[in-house]
Amino acid sequence: MNGLLLTTQQALQLLFTGDSELWSIVLLSFSVSLKAILLTTPFAFLVSFALSHGKFPGIRIILAIFNSLLSVPTVVIGLFLYVLLTRQGPFGDLRLLFTQTAMIIGQMILCFPTLVALGYAAIQAADRRVWETARTLGAPPWFSMLTVFFEVRFALLAAVLTGFGRIISEIGISMMIGGNILGYTRNITTAIAMETSKGEFAQGIALGLVLLLLSFLLTALLSYLQGHKEFTT
Amino acid sequence: MMNINIVIRFDKFLVKKYLLWFLFFYLNSGIIQAEPIRLATTTSTDNSGLLQEIIPYFEQKTRNVVHVLSVGTGHALRLGQDGNVDVVLVHAPNAEMHWLEAGYGVNRRSVMVNDFVILGPKNDPAGIRGERNAVKTLQKIARGKHIFVSRGDDSGTHKKEMALWKKARMTPSVTWYRETGQGMGRVLQMADELNAYTISDRATWLVLRSKLSLKLLFEGDPELHNIYSIIAVNPSRYPGINYMGAMSLIAWLTSVDGQNKIRKFKLDGQSLFFPTAILD
Repeated sequence: MNGLLLTTQQALQLLFTGDSELWSIVLLSFSVSLKAILLTTPFAFLVSFALSHGKFPGIRIILAIFNSLLSVPTVVIGLFLYVLLTRQGPFGDLRLLFTQTAMIIGQMILCFPTLVALGYAAIQAADRRVWETARTLGAPPWFSMLTVFFEVRFALLAAVLTGFGRIISEIGISMMIGGNILGYTRNITTAIAMETSKGEFAQGIALGLVLLLLSFLLTALLSYLQGHKEFTT
Repeated sequence: MMNINIVIRFDKFLVKKYLLWFLFFYLNSGIIQAEPIRLATTTSTDNSGLLQEIIPYFEQKTRNVVHVLSVGTGHALRLGQDGNVDVVLVHAPNAEMHWLEAGYGVNRRSVMVNDFVILGPKNDPAGIRGERNAVKTLQKIARGKHIFVSRGDDSGTHKKEMALWKKARMTPSVTWYRETGQGMGRVLQMADELNAYTISDRATWLVLRSKLSLKLLFEGDPELHNIYSIIAVNPSRYPGINYMGAMSLIAWLTSVDGQNKIRKFKLDGQSLFFPTAILD
């Protein structure tokens, strides 16, 4: 018990004294995951919109696929990308393995189904007449689509936050195709795994606290947004 | 129901924002830095803090950037074989020889040595304390069916352990043998929790010693020598490989400067690695 208190105390010390290595790891984590989510979001919501407003065969099957992809293990995505990106793999010439770009791609793949499925649910909840009215008023389809998005912006934002929460806390992809390279691909989760294996629990707990704080903030923001949504509709 | 003005503002804002982010991302990914040197190495050299201590000297001197991937020796050799790294720093001479013969690597230089140690619970139920011979030590542990935690990850330490079992003519059995597939630090912690025996490289043991109740019970048999070598990945197999970078890292690690830096790296006043490149 004493040991636990002591390590937590050391962890807080590390956090508040601005240990530069620790904070650079946190920054790297955020930079990678933010890029991933921002690059995926537009395309994912476009797909959500097509699924909810489009009329083509197989929509139900596609939806079922996306829903089942929600729980795909991150190590499987990691392995899949590893096989593709290794020098002897089909995309080996790009030399992407063990780079930040590879991590971003992996996290994009991870959050894509989440964004599509939650985006779909959000758009489905929008009033059909938004789209119809915008179209009758002469707005082009893409503009009408943005209007629908705007109507359900809080739910969409909630989808983005959920996706972000999933990718910032994953370790399978980061470890396998990032490689935990100091200052380059070492993020919060891979650093925690490594520090733990070295017995440096304080550093691990400090990083864990950052993740905990983040998930708390995200949850708070989510419930705030949900309240907001109920209030406006 | 909706306000067209808001929608237009929202739309412009959104488009601009995304454009900026896309630009940011592509610019970021487009900046061409000096081609990094990718070094795959064992957890012992990295977790002990050696590389973090000495690599910056090399980076400063030669204006290179080194990306260190710390994995087990087997994994490191595989990364080199597949052309995913430029150079490997490993410790499994037999496996290295096979690797060189297969044409995966060139220019092997030995860099430094330390040794393996056998650790166990303080009360030493197998009675290996005072034993002189590593093979006999393992036989004692096996015959008494005392719990032994193994790396089981094809690392240099695991390869050494397997070679010792072979010499001891013992086949580990699940009743007392725990194969974990974990790194050295993890295995030491597990052995500690399980009150078990294990074998470790000395550097990782020294780093973790203060956090464990395990005791060093056996050391000093020449059988337990642990030789680290650096090998460049064969550039003819993968044209894009950073061969020049790999060779400059090899040159520096085996230079007087690099060897001195290795010698001067200490933990609690104790040297962890002993340079060998200039002696041999």
